[in-house]
Amino acid sequence: MSPTATKQLGEEFLKHVYAIPHGEKINQCIQCGTCSASCPASAAMEYGPREIIAALRAGMLDRVLNANTVWLCVSCYSCTVRCPAGIPFTDVMYELKHLEAEKGLSKRANGAAMAKAFAETVDRHGRNAETELLRKYYLSTKPWRALAQIPLALRLFFRGRLELFPRKIKGLAGLLKMMAAIEEKEGR
Amino acid sequence: MIRTTPQTYSYFPGCSLMVTNRAYDVSTRSAARALGIEMVELDDWNCCGATAYMPIREKRSFVLSARNLAIAEKHGHELATVCNACFVVLRKTNKYMAENAKLRDEVRGALRAGGMDYGGTVRVRHFLEILVKDLGEEAVRRAVTRPLTGLKVACYSGCQLSRPFDDVDHPEFPEVMGRLVGWLGAEVVPFPLSAKCCGGMSMTTRPEIGRALSGKILRVARERGADCIATACPLCQINLEAYQGPITAAVGASCEIPVLYFTQLMGWAFGLDSKELALGDSLTPVEALLTEKVGG
Repeated sequence: MSPTATKQLGEEFLKHVYAIPHGEKINQCIQCGTCSASCPASAAMEYGPREIIAALRAGMLDRVLNANTVWLCVSCYSCTVRCPAGIPFTDVMYELKHLEAEKGLSKRANGAAMAKAFAETVDRHGRNAETELLRKYYLSTKPWRALAQIPLALRLFFRGRLELFPRKIKGLAGLLKMMAAIEEKEGR
Repeated sequence: MIRTTPQTYSYFPGCSLMVTNRAYDVSTRSAARALGIEMVELDDWNCCGATAYMPIREKRSFVLSARNLAIAEKHGHELATVCNACFVVLRKTNKYMAENAKLRDEVRGALRAGGMDYGGTVRVRHFLEILVKDLGEEAVRRAVTRPLTGLKVACYSGCQLSRPFDDVDHPEFPEVMGRLVGWLGAEVVPFPLSAKCCGGMSMTTRPEIGRALSGKILRVARERGADCIATACPLCQINLEAYQGPITAAVGASCEIPVLYFTQLMGWAFGLDSKELALGDSLTPVEALLTEKVGG
């Protein structure tokens, strides 16, 4: 990515962060690293939360988006409640997820495949249907991994805990009208 | 019999409670009934959006939650849920709609396109909070007919009961569930990991992360001498109960321990039977433990 393009990417990102309640506090980050130390997934991330803000300031946000980082966030909100500057960092992560999805950079992330399968399932039924969600997820990632889930699926099945026939909500048509009224492309 | 005035709440079970975690739904309804709390299921509710819809289409995820809030507003009661994810997402929608006028107008415009509207007046509550803060100690203790004496419980609240919104409980060291479980007569073991993350969806998308995180919770609960772990979230419950074999292999220490919903513990203390609490759905030997330690 050219320096101009990365600068634009950073500015576009900040515009969305500022729309979050207290999003403007991202400018008050003191790089203390409390967020990274609190994050249960940061050990597996190529860029931890503190480094994400450092990369943004250095005009290198594209590196974060191209790395394995954003979709590892598990939404536990530990960073958010501990940040001494009051930055709602979990919500900042959501903005990064949007940006990745929008730029088509999330192709290989399992977390992105899961989110996409989830949204498709909910759009079809008005509710989540777990069996369908997992089928979609494994088909779009590594289908052979579904085999390892068979023993658990059987244990759930014999206890009546496997949803075989998902039901649609009665007001699905109305819900879809509401969804269509929101102009939003994927990732936004 | 309980002599408190019945309190009425709209009830949002959430998708997970329909089939996979129906024991949470069954035991919640049973426990509420025993306490004289009326839980009226929200009419034709839809998915709250959870944490997974939001990154795909953010505004639409607010519309999903707002439709539920709109239905609840019509009913005129507070909206109760037992799922931590639903609890946070519904509250987040309330907060964003209150603080961001542009978003509020867009979401309300969308609701109107489907013949609904939401004025922002619904208070979203977790059932645990209702029990401890609205109902209180005396009413709960009065309903106990089979005290859980001698049962050692690790109370695991999960992330989203008290994060990011910390008005219900402490964001790092929650204590609301422990108070309730204590009133039931059980021994609450000190459990500092009560609000640590179980791994959430990473148990499926990145199993090595999920197993490490859930593994720590299971291992420490055992080390602290707990007989079981009580949960307040359907995703935490399945992560902690369904993968104990692979987690034990990954962690290298035994992680086997019964895991149940706090509502099942409560129902058992109220003298309800296995069926009323759907104990047969458990993947861990919950009923055997309760029968052995507390009595059937």
